[in-house]
Amino acid sequence: MIGLISKRLMLIIPNLIGVVIVTFLLTRALPGDPAAYFAGPAATKEAIEQVRAQLGLDKPLVFQFARYVNDLVHGDLGNSLTTGQPVVTEIRNRLPASAELTLAGLVLGMLIAVPLGIFAAVRQGSWIDHICRVFATAGVSLPVFFTGLLLAYAFYYLLGWAPAALGRLDVFSTAPPSITGFYLIDSLLTGRLDTFRAALAQIALPALTLAIFSLAPIARMTRASMLAVLASDFVRTARASGLDTRTVIITYAFRNAMLPVITTLGMVFSFLLGANVLVEKVFAWPGIGSYAVEALIASDFAPVQGFVLTMAILYVALNLIIDLLYGVIDPRVRLEA
Amino acid sequence: MSVATAPTVAPPVENQSIFRHARYVVSENPVTGLAFALFIIIALCALIGPYIVPHDPLASETTAALKPPSLAHWFGTDQLGRDIFSRVVVATRLDFVIAVASVALVFAIGGLAGIASGYFGGWTDRIVGRISDTIMAFPLFVLAMGIVAALGNTVTNIVIATAIINFPLYVRVARAEANVRRDAGFVQAARLSGNGEFRILLTQILPNIMPIMMVQISLTMGYAILNAAGLSFIGLGVRPPTPEWGIMVAEGAANIISGEWWVALFPGAALMLAVFCFNLLGDGLRDLVDPQRRT
Repeated sequence: MIGLISKRLMLIIPNLIGVVIVTFLLTRALPGDPAAYFAGPAATKEAIEQVRAQLGLDKPLVFQFARYVNDLVHGDLGNSLTTGQPVVTEIRNRLPASAELTLAGLVLGMLIAVPLGIFAAVRQGSWIDHICRVFATAGVSLPVFFTGLLLAYAFYYLLGWAPAALGRLDVFSTAPPSITGFYLIDSLLTGRLDTFRAALAQIALPALTLAIFSLAPIARMTRASMLAVLASDFVRTARASGLDTRTVIITYAFRNAMLPVITTLGMVFSFLLGANVLVEKVFAWPGIGSYAVEALIASDFAPVQGFVLTMAILYVALNLIIDLLYGVIDPRVRLEA
Repeated sequence: MSVATAPTVAPPVENQSIFRHARYVVSENPVTGLAFALFIIIALCALIGPYIVPHDPLASETTAALKPPSLAHWFGTDQLGRDIFSRVVVATRLDFVIAVASVALVFAIGGLAGIASGYFGGWTDRIVGRISDTIMAFPLFVLAMGIVAALGNTVTNIVIATAIINFPLYVRVARAEANVRRDAGFVQAARLSGNGEFRILLTQILPNIMPIMMVQISLTMGYAILNAAGLSFIGLGVRPPTPEWGIMVAEGAANIISGEWWVALFPGAALMLAVFCFNLLGDGLRDLVDPQRRT
């Protein structure tokens, strides 16, 4: 296992280097003169030159890159122009909101998609198989911001079940003390059930939106991989040995079928982290996605770059976790390492 | 001259069998036929939409703001009293052009990089592979946001960003297809007849992997439309008052919670239908080209 971990850690180094180079190039590709931009519209020529020297923009590109990496290592992503706050602090404060939403969406999506895919494979050609196929094609075709709006219309305006989309809590509740940063978990840990209920009501619709979005690839993959496993020799042997259907499907087929599904999770996360930005905008969710969108509209670039870098590092880390999980589930991967 | 006469006889038979096969696939899966019909409607809207719409998509009429769908305004009017039906139809062209342009761009660059990498292997393969791995290390929509923010907030840059995030997909498909054909009999024959490597790449390998690439194009068209609409939904690229589906949904977002559902519903539904159509078309084309992978 340790061999596997260290091997995987070595593999992510080139990825991280690539990510840092790309984000650096993105900062330097800003339209116009960055020095003039950072000095502000009313700056004099001398002031612009001063800012240029201050930012190191008069040095060769290699020095600028070294300086950029040095800043990154010291956790400095620059300051936001509109708020004046360091980008790192803002992102750290807002990250739990985004993480809570993404994970809630993923868990909900898996809870629906995995059983759906299994049933579709076991009863191939039945109505549940057709439902699965329709969901799988419709789910990838639905623009996530549109699903969110439709859900808000149905559950907030028409039915009145959901609260107004105003963020993580309604105005009457106060945030629970921060332990994990996830309101749902923190409120339970501190035993504040009313806060838990309020937070759950707020997160339900955005999480459902993300779940519908992630459902399609997971259900499709579960179905395909269950079909392959059900047709394999060891399942036939298990059936021939007289094991009942439930044991064959759950203990024999399901566990083997989950391996390709876990691999797909990497791609699902890529989509989810992107969709998260749109869902945060629709539901006024105070995460890092809406922070980046606000900054984009105000042409404030440091937060956007910080956001892209944070998301990329998160995604690399998530892929690492998925690979390690794969090693935990499949002993063959451990032996090879 | 026997070489020259043979093809004149062969194509009709081949075309007929392709046609028969296509008809078989369509009858087997009528949804593909439906998707094709939908595609024709979308293409027509993109081509002649601006000339046939009943109202000027930019003309606002504040007295008739936020009216629900009626005979005069089939899809209702928005907060400035503009006719939503006309705006949805006219927007088809812009969304279509963004998707086609970005897919064409990534097909040219990613497809060529992919076949070169599969055919030559070695350093070409390593460099192309490294570039795609780096792109894949980002959540794709987030990377597109970063690129548009850095290059500047224009429609051209949306096209470029969408092309860049699709690059690894095209490289992967083209590379795998070119790799299995690099030592095929017809390639060796072409090499022995004295063709240069680049000539073989373009005249032997490329035409042979075109069917698979066409499937890829159709499947990524839907994704390209979704991506472009997502970017304009968060305020990048297309600017108001230009009609575009993503922006129109964004404009209708404020109205939907006060009950004016039609402002966001119709452009959103158009967007969804277009993406749905391209995804189904891609699946249908794949059945046609590659019967083994049929779902």
